[in-house]
Parts: sequence; C-alpha cells; structure tokens
Amino acid sequence: MAKKKRKVPGLNGSSLADISFILLIFFLVTTSMDTDTGLVRRLPPPPDPNQMDEDVKVKGRNVMVVSVNMNNEIMYYYGDESKRVSEMGVKAEDLRAIAKEFIANPDNKANMPEFHPADPPLPLLGAYPVTKNHIISVQTDRSTSYNVYFQIQNELMAAYNELRDEFAMSKFGKHYKDFHPESDEALAVRGVYPMKISEAEPKKYGGN
Amino acid sequence: MGKFNKNGSKEVPELNTSSLPDLIFSILFFFMMVTSMREVTLRVELNTPKGTEIEKLEKKSLVTYVYIGKPTKEYRSKMGTASQIQLNDDFASVDAIGEYIYQEREAMPERDKPFMRVSMKIDEDTQMGLITDVKMALREAWALNIVYSGGKRK
Repeated sequence: MAKKKRKVPGLNGSSLADISFILLIFFLVTTSMDTDTGLVRRLPPPPDPNQMDEDVKVKGRNVMVVSVNMNNEIMYYYGDESKRVSEMGVKAEDLRAIAKEFIANPDNKANMPEFHPADPPLPLLGAYPVTKNHIISVQTDRSTSYNVYFQIQNELMAAYNELRDEFAMSKFGKHYKDFHPESDEALAVRGVYPMKISEAEPKKYGGN
Repeated sequence: MGKFNKNGSKEVPELNTSSLPDLIFSILFFFMMVTSMREVTLRVELNTPKGTEIEKLEKKSLVTYVYIGKPTKEYRSKMGTASQIQLNDDFASVDAIGEYIYQEREAMPERDKPFMRVSMKIDEDTQMGLITDVKMALREAWALNIVYSGGKRK
C-alpha cells in the first residue's frame, strides 16, 4: 500500500478567545470581592472545671461593670462600695468618655484602677506605671438586643483606640495606626493600655 | 518623495489577534484565584450593625462564618420567626456548632489552624441569649478569635 504523506491541517484557534471569554464571564459573575469587616475580639478559653472553686479576686476599684437590662437600658458602675460611682440610663455614645477616664485614671482617684509598674518592662518605656489590673465587664440580659451590645463593644474599643492614639501622639509623635503592629512603639502603647474587655456570661435580672 | 509609494496598497493591515486568548486567559486565571466558590445562600435575614472601630479581615481562607437572624419569608412556615443559626447552607442548633468548627478546622492546612477566625454575622435585632449560647459553644470548641461582623458607620 502506498502511503501518501498528508499534511495535518492547522487547528483553527480563533474560537479559543470566545471559550475563554465565557469562562471569564462566569468567574466574573461568581466572584465576590467584598471582604468581611467587623469588630475583632478574642474570647477567653473555656472554663476549667478543676479551677471552679478558686475564684479570682479582683479589687473593686479595678472593675467597671457595664450592664444592659432587657429593655436595652444601659447602666455602669465602678469603685468600691464606699466610693462607688454609678449611673443609670446612659447612652452608648457616652460610654466612650467614661471608659477612657476609667482606664487611664488621669487624676489617680481612689475609685479607679491602681497603677503598677509594667512587668515585664515595656520596650522603650521600661517599668512604666500602668493600670494593668483593670477590667471592663459587659453584662447583658438574655433579651438584650444585639445592636445595643454591638454599640457598647464599639464604644469601648473606641475608648482604647483613642487612648492608644493619644498616648502614641504624646510619646512618639505619631498616630498609633502608623506604627507596624509588631514594632517596639506599638508594643509599648499596647502595654500601657492593654485591652481588657471581659466577655462574661449573662446574668438574669428579674422578670423574663 | 520617493520613499512614499503612493501607488502601493492602502489596505490597513489586519490586526494580529493571536495573543488575545493569552490575554483573556491571564484575566481568567486572576478571577479564578480570587473567587471563593463557598458562598452560601442566606436563609436568614441579615442586617448587621454599624460601628466606627471596624477592621478589615485579611485572608478569607482563615474565616469561618456563623449566621444568626430571623428566617427569610420562605422558611418562616417551617422554622417560625424566632432567630435561628445558619451554618453552611442549613439551619442548625447551638449543639451543632462544636462539630461544625471541628470540621472547618480539620479542613484547614496545619499551619493556618491557630489563626482560624469565626465571623459572626448577626442581625441587629437578635436577642443576646442566643448569641451568648453560641459564644459559649465557640469557647468550648476553642475557636477564640471571633469577629462581630458589621459595616462602617457613615
């Protein structure tokens, strides 16, 4: 059989562009470029059943309690029994200034957190006096609205962020957010104002 | 002006489109990379609260989602109007969260596991009782990095 050498005709690739266009449009449509945003928080580890009886003692002056009842009314209190400061029916926006004063304790009042030298020493600042034992506890009722809780968390975080920014401005002459998160300056600022918002279990306040 | 041949063909040369598929392919690959196909269809009404201290979440692959809200109209006859938890594409109870977190964590590469984040997309009218139960379940499952999802207030 005589074999004739045939030339293979070249494949027409002009439709390749159309095919890839279809694929492109499919991925264009299914892509969601929006990134999620929100308040970043960290929960405490689960309670250890062996340590239940060993209750952690926290001095009264170091604790600020913000509680919301089932009617979404906010109240707060801090300080020991004799020097207690409390207020009912505050607005979420007012909490920012209140929390800022409580955390920083600028006048060294007796019913606000005590100062301790930082241990271990902070980078750049050394044993700077900080209110490291303070805790802000947010307590809610089971029928509190999530929006109110979110706004309170938002204002408390705003208080910390403002304090950190003011401190960074006065000490280092730069905004806190302009530092790299792991730089010595950022670590020092975070060490002076550590975020201590407690995620406590809800209490039941009468009724419900 | 001998250089310009006026008698020559005036036809515009055809544009060479042989590199067009390559171009399109590179765009295609870009979108294939950034696409996340795990988008779920929401079965709950979501209207997340607005705040000022909002942070952007980097790296979508590290984020696991928990949705809480009232069921949408089509599911109301079945599920009622009380707030429900949605995991992946289905309604779930609080008890299912531990297993869900475990599965999601197992699906992650080993080096990413400590950086797992749980984004809680919660409707603003939800009551705190359910949310607290979810938070306790997350604590039990050692999913401690959480995000209260919300938009930026204008």
